[in-house]
Amino acid sequence: MRLDYPSYIKIIRVPCTGKVDVMHLLRAIQKGADGVYAVGCLEGSCHYNEGNFRARERVNHVKRLLEEVGIEGDRVRMYNLSSGEGPTFAAYAKEMTENILSLGPNPLKKNIK
Amino acid sequence: MCMAKAINYEDKVRETKINIGSVILAPGSRGYDPSSLDYLGYGKYPNVVTSDGFERILSAGGPYYGHIMRPLDREEPKKIAWLQCVGSRDTNRACNGYCSSVCCMYAVKEAMIAKEHIKGDLDCVIFNMDLRTFGKDYEKYFLRGKDKEKIRFEKARVHTVTEIAETGDLKVRFADENGEIKEEAFSMVVLSVGLQVRQSAVELAKRLGIKLNQYNFAATDPFTPVCTSRPGFYTCGVFQGPKDIPESVTEASAAAGVAGADIAQARGKDVETIQMPEQIDISSEEPRIGVFVCNCGINIGGIVDVPEVQKYAATLPNVVYTDSNLFTCSQDTQEKIKEKITEQKLNRVVVASCSPKTHEAMFMETLEACGLNKYLFEMANIRNQNSWIHSKDGEAATEKSKDLIRMAVGRAATLKPLVEKVISVNSRALVIGGGIAGINASLTLAKQGFEVVLIEKEDGLGGFARQLNHTIEGANIRTYIEKLVADINSELKIEVLTNAQVSGFGGYKGNFETEITIAGDSKEKRVIKHGVIIVATGAEEYTPKEYLYGEDDRVITQTQLSYKIEKEGAKKLSGVVMIQCVGSRNSEMAECSRICCQAAVKNALEIKKLNPDTMVYILYRDIRTYGLLEDYYRQAREKGVIFIRFNQENPPEVKSSAEGILVRIKDHVLNKDLEISADILTLSAGMRAANTDDLSAIMKLNRNAEGYFIEAHVKLRPVDMPSDGIFVCGTAHAPKLISETISQAQAAASRAVTFLAKPTIKLSAINAKVDPEYCVKCLTCVRSCPFEVPVFNIEKKVIEIDEALCHGCGVCTAVCPRQTIQLGFYEDNQIISKIDALLSGGV
Repeated sequence: MRLDYPSYIKIIRVPCTGKVDVMHLLRAIQKGADGVYAVGCLEGSCHYNEGNFRARERVNHVKRLLEEVGIEGDRVRMYNLSSGEGPTFAAYAKEMTENILSLGPNPLKKNIK
Repeated sequence: MCMAKAINYEDKVRETKINIGSVILAPGSRGYDPSSLDYLGYGKYPNVVTSDGFERILSAGGPYYGHIMRPLDREEPKKIAWLQCVGSRDTNRACNGYCSSVCCMYAVKEAMIAKEHIKGDLDCVIFNMDLRTFGKDYEKYFLRGKDKEKIRFEKARVHTVTEIAETGDLKVRFADENGEIKEEAFSMVVLSVGLQVRQSAVELAKRLGIKLNQYNFAATDPFTPVCTSRPGFYTCGVFQGPKDIPESVTEASAAAGVAGADIAQARGKDVETIQMPEQIDISSEEPRIGVFVCNCGINIGGIVDVPEVQKYAATLPNVVYTDSNLFTCSQDTQEKIKEKITEQKLNRVVVASCSPKTHEAMFMETLEACGLNKYLFEMANIRNQNSWIHSKDGEAATEKSKDLIRMAVGRAATLKPLVEKVISVNSRALVIGGGIAGINASLTLAKQGFEVVLIEKEDGLGGFARQLNHTIEGANIRTYIEKLVADINSELKIEVLTNAQVSGFGGYKGNFETEITIAGDSKEKRVIKHGVIIVATGAEEYTPKEYLYGEDDRVITQTQLSYKIEKEGAKKLSGVVMIQCVGSRNSEMAECSRICCQAAVKNALEIKKLNPDTMVYILYRDIRTYGLLEDYYRQAREKGVIFIRFNQENPPEVKSSAEGILVRIKDHVLNKDLEISADILTLSAGMRAANTDDLSAIMKLNRNAEGYFIEAHVKLRPVDMPSDGIFVCGTAHAPKLISETISQAQAAASRAVTFLAKPTIKLSAINAKVDPEYCVKCLTCVRSCPFEVPVFNIEKKVIEIDEALCHGCGVCTAVCPRQTIQLGFYEDNQIISKIDALLSGGV
């Protein structure tokens, strides 16, 4: 569809958001990503039944962990859409980017050499 | 001279005899030659080009290497006009009465690409009589062109094109919608030439005794769309009638399916098997990565600085070789990659190009062909996820390419060879839906020698088509369905289950297990084992909320009108008004329903036949009688059917009165409001996909926003679904005519045969494995797997995951508290390597 969305976004392919681990999300933040989000199927129509629900739980868990150590939880998000919804994907990419721009850089970045 | 020496200039004509059982004619077409249409100036003015000429200008391998320039002075054009219907819908000059079906879409596409190439100001105007974007998702594409890219669509047929001598610009003279003569200057004019059968194809058909129609397309019957007049001879593509790529690909599979059915006994004979070399053991080697960066013509190379990206790739850890290619997917590049794998002793390959969804399998084959395990491969999608979406900012796209390649290289270093399990295939098919699509798919499969279970949720077969009486060509649909039902009942290989619905689903490609519940007092349940699935769940007519439908019984749908005139005739009808695009092309349903224009024309012609005095008005936005249907549109106008265009913003107004239904509409030609009194107001209600909420949830089949099932690739794999062994056909895929439904059903069966004909298949190695050494048997995986695959083997005291049953989602790997389960190709370090590589680039 060639819809444009900000070039800040880089995609890591996983078979299902159910594969996305707390460890993966935290690793990204720890290494200096300003934000990370999981994009799964619509709730109720996960290709693998329920992986997206698990992902949402993990994302929420990571949000809490980050808040506990003084990092904005909103740097981590979960979005849902169906594979037929290109425009929604682009819209979420823009929304996430705006969210991150409003939060500013990841505070951990200054510690990364 | 061919520099690659790919052409043997000394080659001679040879005669060879081969024994064959069926023949498929696919001689295609060429673009119409507009030289004889002197008023358009083609051949006289250099800046007037044909659409295929313009495609060459857009092409990376074209005369200007993909930079858009006009031929006269190699200047970048500021304003381009597309003139539609050149050599199509023209019985006066071109003698081609048909619509070429593809030109509207390609004109929009060319305008969009031109705008993308020429960053900044380029005005694009498409002069058209009707805009015919009737294909699946095409209307949305057109709307994007109109609303987002600001392509102007001018409803006009152009009178003349003349050159402005000083500038080489072109003056286009046309009558606008109100009949006013206007002139507008353009830097370039593109003639959207239609499709035409080649003379050589006409001669071929003559030699073979194949009947052609008046336009030299192969004559076919609506119910046998790929059969020519001569038994054993089949056809597909534009030689069958003007059509787009998806329909051509579909018909090609259909022709192969029916041609193969004739000679089913001979299947598998004369087949050469390709021997793959033995796999090289790389376990003791350090990673040696080769990176191949693709220009994809100018898709990537026109935006991303490929040489710089290649240079950067060479600096990455473990990279020992880099290259860039015009098209990395081309045959000669595959040879080059193989050569380099061997020469450079590469043990990992990264291709930076497009989507793994479309090209990963092909590159993996290239690896296998030189003994490298196919899972030692990684793609960086620097086109779909990069150059296409950041086309306005080449610098950002170049930087992102580097990031994506760094991530791919990081991951490649962690990849391991994986072994794919070989399993047997159950050769039975399950067909869901007993309409025209499902029955045809079942019959084609049975003729190919495979068993079929056909399930239908209603108590009878035939589906929505039972409500229709004849096609626009006059073919009797009811007799056809009766014959189909008789055929299927006498076919021993097909078991038909009516009142049956899918209630459970399991297994995997080649070995599915589906639970069917049969309605009735007993609620009988049956489990069917099968190797493939064909989804043919169909569609229905939209029930309008608009225009007093359901409030006044003189307001009916096209299907109801067809039934009514069949029963009652048209003697009592003095005026009939039809409104097009009811429930289509609006905010609720963006897409065009494809069939309604021809349905209106069909019923209008039927009324005129029964009673020439009945006034018939068709109120429309664009008449989309594509292909050979255009003849019927012309006939309708000749018979006095009145066509009045309206805009979406200005729809007709409808009032109920004792004398009739009063319809008010603004006539653009007369430039005034008309009020028409009608005995019957017919709404061309669009199509709606059948409700498949349960089915798609149980079987995990993806649908688009409109509820139609999604194919694996819109153009290249129009009947395959994304999961292996699952196919789709008929109106479950998108709105379409009966003849199109039949060819797609035959195509789905044909594609299924390619699967069923193999005794064994290889399973993906992307599945979960437990390391029993560290497993504490906490059973978290057993509880978490959505498919109940991990089981605790009491005797061996280990957790076992059957790789054939594992869907490869990775849920168990994420929940395992000790991380002793790893998903092949997606091991934790293989994901983390990507995260680390991305963020190591400085953030």
